[in-house]
Amino acid sequence: MSDATEVATIPITVDFSGGLEMLFDNQRRHSVALPAAQTSGKPANIAFLIDYLCKNLMKDPRSDLFVLDGHIRPGILVLINDADWELEGEEAYEIQPRDNILFVSTLHGG
Amino acid sequence: MIVPGMGKEGQLRLINSRVLIIGAGGLGCPAAQYVAGAGVGTIGIVDGDVVETSNLHRQVGHATSRIGMKKVDSLITHLRGLNPLPTYIPHPFHLTPQNAADIISQYDLVMDCTDNPATRYLISDICVLLCKPLVSAASVQKSGQLIVLNCPPTPQGALDGKHAPCYRCCFRKPPPPSSMVSCGEAGIMGPVVGMMGVAQAGEAIKILASALHIPPDDSASPPPERNLHQPTLLIYTYDLDSAVGPYSFRALKMGGRKKNCFACGENSTLTLEGIKAGNPNYEQFCSVPTARCTLPPEGRITAAAYHAARERGELTEHILIDTRDSEHFSFGSIEGAVNVPFGKLLMKAAAIKRDGTPASEVLPPGLGEADAPIFVVCRRGLDSQETVEKLKELGLDHGGERRIMDIAGGMKAWKEEVDPSFPYI
Ligand SMILES: [Zn+2]
Repeated sequence: MSDATEVATIPITVDFSGGLEMLFDNQRRHSVALPAAQTSGKPANIAFLIDYLCKNLMKDPRSDLFVLDGHIRPGILVLINDADWELEGEEAYEIQPRDNILFVSTLHGG
Repeated sequence: MIVPGMGKEGQLRLINSRVLIIGAGGLGCPAAQYVAGAGVGTIGIVDGDVVETSNLHRQVGHATSRIGMKKVDSLITHLRGLNPLPTYIPHPFHLTPQNAADIISQYDLVMDCTDNPATRYLISDICVLLCKPLVSAASVQKSGQLIVLNCPPTPQGALDGKHAPCYRCCFRKPPPPSSMVSCGEAGIMGPVVGMMGVAQAGEAIKILASALHIPPDDSASPPPERNLHQPTLLIYTYDLDSAVGPYSFRALKMGGRKKNCFACGENSTLTLEGIKAGNPNYEQFCSVPTARCTLPPEGRITAAAYHAARERGELTEHILIDTRDSEHFSFGSIEGAVNVPFGKLLMKAAAIKRDGTPASEVLPPGLGEADAPIFVVCRRGLDSQETVEKLKELGLDHGGERRIMDIAGGMKAWKEEVDPSFPYI
């Protein structure tokens, strides 16, 4: 019975770097079982993942350090399997099993 | 320095090349040492600051005996000791939109070793317009980043085939200032920033020795065959406690030149004359107004006034909350202060709102319910204001009956106004 309600998930790893790990329990790598479909039924994409992380993984209430106006805030690079997300379709990229998604905040110090 | 791929021709190119290092700090010092050691013929250094004691743990081109000297002169002194042969050119002032093109035009390659986003965008824009390759690095706390930009350099707007990206192609917008580590200069690990500076020198030497810095239209010395390498952002993370490992390097694949890039793209309106005249405005571009609150004056007390009130015995019963990180707190605090790190406090406040735990639990047991006034101190006086607002919002001021104030200017002000011996690190 419970099987019928169980949500299909995609296993992925999510990494944070450049100080963003501070918002996620100071842990740089998280294994995430991401729901395979959004509530609308569309396959899970990066935009959905970002929203999911804010609601489920972020321990720190300062979500504006990660998301601004519903999008990833300026100064954060998103890398899909070590490639800039612009090479992969940005927010619309559909997440595949075992993907590695890295969020890295750009640094300016020296 | 004879290694495979670096023969006489390569060495000659180094001797005949001119490198500009912008920033003589944690990146610039190690970078300059290896550039000088490699025999680059002319090395220019830009920096307007003077050497301070707190720099020395990572700025290895300076020395205790040169504290107070211009960083540029201090570093050149050090480099002459390593290698007296190169021509060293000091530029002992900060790079500005007014002087940037004049300085950068005298060199073949630029190394961005600066510490702020406004200057980073300025340097990249000038490099695009003057067709100079740029080796850019940055480091904060325990992380470092490195990327080679504009290399091989091609004119602004050239979009046929593959062209290298500029800084703006990769980092379109700066982060809002409020997202930079809260309340104070983030610390920095010497070996981490040092490694990035050394890696920067490695990239610069490679580019010059293989003549990748010569623009394609320079027919006087046609460059050897050149392929655009995959633009790569190297990130280095060093961790004292991590599930990923004690340290990690990652090479991240970046895109090439962007058609719609503000600086190097197809319809760019960026010009040298414009930059000189203040267009774009780099300061404004990098400092979107922050949403951080400011308490009214009656909600604050100066460090000196707080100290005086304590000395006069007017504050026998009060609670002093110090919201700095435990690492900072461990080096020293005001007598009687209780450490409640800001991040933890925010998390507790969010949990209270979410699951209705009693508001008093935002503070350690016993402190929330009491009637004694609360004073809040942080590093520089930003987090403390937000803490005061939060505590009031949670009703800890008992409807205005209980005083909750912040110490204006934080521990920095405490050091300046009350206790000069305090270790403000
Ligand atoms: Zn560009």
